[in-house]
Amino acid sequence: MIGLEHYLTVAAALFIIGIFGIFLNRKNVIVMLMSIELMLLAVNINLVAFSSFSGDLVGQVFTMFVLTVAAAEAAIGLAILVVFFRNRGTIDVEDVNVMKG
Amino acid sequence: MTPADFQTLLPEIVLAGYAMAALMVAVYTTRDKLAPVLVWATSGLFVMLALYIGFGVDGSRSVFQGLFIDDPFARFAKVTILVSAAAVLVMSQDYMTRRDLLRFEYPILIALAVVGMMVMVSANDLMTLYMGLELQSLTLYVIASLRRDSARSSEAGLKYFVLGALSSGLLLYGASLVYGYAGTTSFAGILSTVQQDVPVGLLFGLVFMLAGLAFKVSAAPFHMWTPDVYEGSPTPVTAFFATAPKIAAMALIARLVQDAFGGVPGQWTQVLAALAVASMVLGAVAAIGQKDLKRLMAYSSIAHMGYALIGLAVGTAYGVQATLIYLVIYVAMNVGTFAFILSLERNGRPVSDIASLNQFAKSDPLKALAILVLMFSLAGVPPTLGFFAKFYVLNAAVAADMVWLAVVGAVTSVVGAFYYLRIVYFMYFGAEQEAATSRMAPTQWVMLMGVAALMLLGIINLFGIEPLAAIAAEALVR
Repeated sequence: MIGLEHYLTVAAALFIIGIFGIFLNRKNVIVMLMSIELMLLAVNINLVAFSSFSGDLVGQVFTMFVLTVAAAEAAIGLAILVVFFRNRGTIDVEDVNVMKG
Repeated sequence: MTPADFQTLLPEIVLAGYAMAALMVAVYTTRDKLAPVLVWATSGLFVMLALYIGFGVDGSRSVFQGLFIDDPFARFAKVTILVSAAAVLVMSQDYMTRRDLLRFEYPILIALAVVGMMVMVSANDLMTLYMGLELQSLTLYVIASLRRDSARSSEAGLKYFVLGALSSGLLLYGASLVYGYAGTTSFAGILSTVQQDVPVGLLFGLVFMLAGLAFKVSAAPFHMWTPDVYEGSPTPVTAFFATAPKIAAMALIARLVQDAFGGVPGQWTQVLAALAVASMVLGAVAAIGQKDLKRLMAYSSIAHMGYALIGLAVGTAYGVQATLIYLVIYVAMNVGTFAFILSLERNGRPVSDIASLNQFAKSDPLKALAILVLMFSLAGVPPTLGFFAKFYVLNAAVAADMVWLAVVGAVTSVVGAFYYLRIVYFMYFGAEQEAATSRMAPTQWVMLMGVAALMLLGIINLFGIEPLAAIAAEALVR
């Protein structure tokens, strides 16, 4: 029997992979966008699992909102990335360094 | 959904409707030629809504099945947000016109960001909180990269986007845990759950949410985006980042810890106190070596957020009142300082390095005097309002038996005074060289002089914000 904690473990694992993807990735900004998406989807698994196990629909409504916002966020992220590429001609993480820090 | 629900939501609906209508009108007519009109129309609308919210409504009501709350606390924050956004918008027009930056999207995006902030401070449910926060954040990412042809601006936007999205993810993960262990997303429901028992999962959720929100107020150790974004964004955008979003995020933290977790202050006061101490120390120490005014203001805002967090960390109504007063004064000081930074230029190009202020007082004694007052106020030197802001939060810490926090605050404000006074030193006694000129539009001049005068005159009665902040804090802390 698959219980709530199994879902939570999967979600936590995906979330941590997402965070590591942002911080350890030294190659490509697109991978960062994918990592962000992974984090948001991990949250959705959490919400749906909680919602289903507690018999409360609010969690699934919340998931719908998160999905919508994630789509908008990806669109804006890619738009900014395109602008950045036009200016610098590269999207390597190592080249995001005009300003120190 | 009754008419009363919509009546309560009226300011947000009007502003969102206006933003969308203005977008359509601008796209189908003269586009960027319409931008100056839109700037004035938007700030006029901000001021009208601020008047309506400030004088036209009273009492507390929770609408849309408890998703949205309108109380004195939310109204206090909304008026401050609207007025500061209007001030920043008006004073940025001249700068942006001359740099050929004034696109019609700018006032519209600011209006949408303000809608997001108004929803944030009125959030009474995790979903409203998230939607408001994202509406604000997504707009701010775009505004940061407004200067499309500049590598710095687009890099600022990219950095802000990646770290902002990460913080939203943290906040959302926390929200999902809170929902799971409390069984509800409404703040009132969470409050009644934590009053019986606090499961570990709920605590994890709270800590994740606070970490996500600390990103948004740029509290250390989640501040790393702030200096780069402040430096890379166009200066009017930096001025906006330093004012309204800070109030909204800080009010959101206050709302979350008091309304949803008010029953268990022991679980979050230490977290907020740690954030406050880290921010104050980092803001004071890291700003010392900065050579760029905008970067310096970034560290300054980190330090100021630390002081504002003290008031929330003590967890009392007096503390919340102190934070609100602090935020209002902080925002006023920033509007004045940025009005000056916006006007600095050399050979028609904007400059923001500190060395360009050398001997500035010789060429422009009046503005130098105003900046002197503002810098003393930012540092918290007595006869200015900045001192009273710090006095309130430190007093709140002492009153709540957190003397160590007040001591750290006092020590870091002394360290921080060094870099504010260094600016004054450069202006009056700096090396002999040709100073940058300050070419000011009338609006910028009015902002700078007005704020400098406020910093001195306000000490008489703080313009009556003290009792208003007290009412707002009483409404929040029950």
